[in-house]
Amino acid sequence: MNLSRPARLALRLALVLGLGVIYVPLGVVLLNSFNSDRTFAWPPAGFTTRWWGAAWNSAGVRDALWTSVQAGLGATAIALVLGTMAAFAVQRYRFFGRDTVSLLIVLPIALPGIVTGIALNNAFRTILEPFGVGLGLFTVIVGHATFCVVTVHNNVLARLRRMGAGAEEASADLGADTFTTFRLVTFPMMRSALLAGGLLAFALSFDEIIVTTFTAGAGVRTLPIWIFENLFRPNQAPVVNVVAAALIVLSVVPIYLAQRLSGTASTH
Amino acid sequence: MDPGLDGDQGLSTAAASPPGTPRRAGLRRGLAAGLHRHAGARLALLLSAPLAWLGVAYLGALAALLVTAFWSTDSFTGELVRTFTWANFQDVLTVDVYRTVALRSLGVAVAVTLIDVVIAFPMAFAMAKLASPRAQRWLVIAVLTPLWASYLVKAYAWRVMLSSDGLLGWGYGLPATIATLAYLWLPYMILPIYAGLERLPNSLLDAAGDLGARGPRTFRTVVWPLTFPAVVAGSVFTFSLSLGDYIAVKIVGGRSQLIGNVVYDNIGAAGNLPFAAAVAAIPVLIMLVYLAAVRRTGALDNL
Repeated sequence: MNLSRPARLALRLALVLGLGVIYVPLGVVLLNSFNSDRTFAWPPAGFTTRWWGAAWNSAGVRDALWTSVQAGLGATAIALVLGTMAAFAVQRYRFFGRDTVSLLIVLPIALPGIVTGIALNNAFRTILEPFGVGLGLFTVIVGHATFCVVTVHNNVLARLRRMGAGAEEASADLGADTFTTFRLVTFPMMRSALLAGGLLAFALSFDEIIVTTFTAGAGVRTLPIWIFENLFRPNQAPVVNVVAAALIVLSVVPIYLAQRLSGTASTH
Repeated sequence: MDPGLDGDQGLSTAAASPPGTPRRAGLRRGLAAGLHRHAGARLALLLSAPLAWLGVAYLGALAALLVTAFWSTDSFTGELVRTFTWANFQDVLTVDVYRTVALRSLGVAVAVTLIDVVIAFPMAFAMAKLASPRAQRWLVIAVLTPLWASYLVKAYAWRVMLSSDGLLGWGYGLPATIATLAYLWLPYMILPIYAGLERLPNSLLDAAGDLGARGPRTFRTVVWPLTFPAVVAGSVFTFSLSLGDYIAVKIVGGRSQLIGNVVYDNIGAAGNLPFAAAVAAIPVLIMLVYLAAVRRTGALDNL
């Protein structure tokens, strides 16, 4: 490539600086979780593991974590079904309004979260309340599933594009019916795409706060909502900081899984 | 491939189904055969649930919200008054406070997007064109990892750094909001641009060089036009996410307000859903115009 030496150096420097900007704030949170000073003045005053113990024993944190896991699992399950169905329809068929379907699936993440939030809030209250169903975990799951469909859809779509219909046609030629072909040929081939899409969907749901604010009732507190509620309370600051630090450490897990998944996908 | 082999075995077991269940097997068979023959029925079945969810329920909710924007609330009882009025939109467009807030939000979204393009492009270029394949893999992971770290955690991290006795100590306000939002959405810009640059063959850059173009000219006439859809794809994220945000502003914005805060306050404290809906229509309109404009570039296929 015809890039001068200074240009290459500048680009490399930009990359290093950019990564620095990305990681320094996260590092500060990690460091502060061991900061003995309650106000987190920089530089840290001393070392303590007291806050980690306090966070571990906090009932509020535990409840919120469990709520988040339930919401994430529920939303992911729905997104897996809807996203896969939509991906098959869009990839395997040509029909009027196909582009509109794609647009419709992107819409919940393309529109600002607050719009989806108040639209769903309004709809839930008008439609569900007459039946005695209030806002709660169920409405959170419905709200999250709405914007999680796109991650599964995109992953499955990419996989379907790559694998083509050859293996399925061969299966049909050998006499397998539609369901058998799906169970024994199609599904195994797209399993890792489903896992990757599901993982993304779960992470998206686990992290969401805006739609959650509008779809959760008074009693339902996901982890992001708990953090936000306690963010401005000075006496809770150390625990909030530990939860933040723990979430940063935990964010490595999905990355590791995703890498393992893409690894298995490429060996097939 | 293994599944193909298994397929035959599955078939033989299906054919030799136990004699106790002939009806169920027959039904299944009939259904499978019917589905096999009628592509239209297959398509209808596949589309049914996603369309019911997103097309009917979600779009319905959005439409209902839009209708509500043309209603009003009784100033005494706070009850919805279901008669058509332009008053909410008139207020949004004519009352100075709201116009200022709308323009400020737009400005913030544009600033965040531009900052992210400026930071992300060189990073993505270095990743795609200068790093070895092995390093590339790690760099992508390095950019991806913070995406999995919680939004709130990152906003919180900036709150800690920006606080007057923090690492940066800038204090809170609009610049702090822009910096935090630019930080939050940066990976959404890097990854599409990186993907776009990776698809750009090196031979094109070499050809440009062979024909006498230097770096800047190659960038202007080859790299930028070909990666523009990727930049647009990234900007859909940064733009939309910034427009609707009200959380980061609350965390680092001090007393500044964006569209999202006006919507939130009108729902929570004021209980004025019609007006909130009218205000919320602003970012939607901006995004719809934006999406319609960029659909031609093919950017949406890159999302």
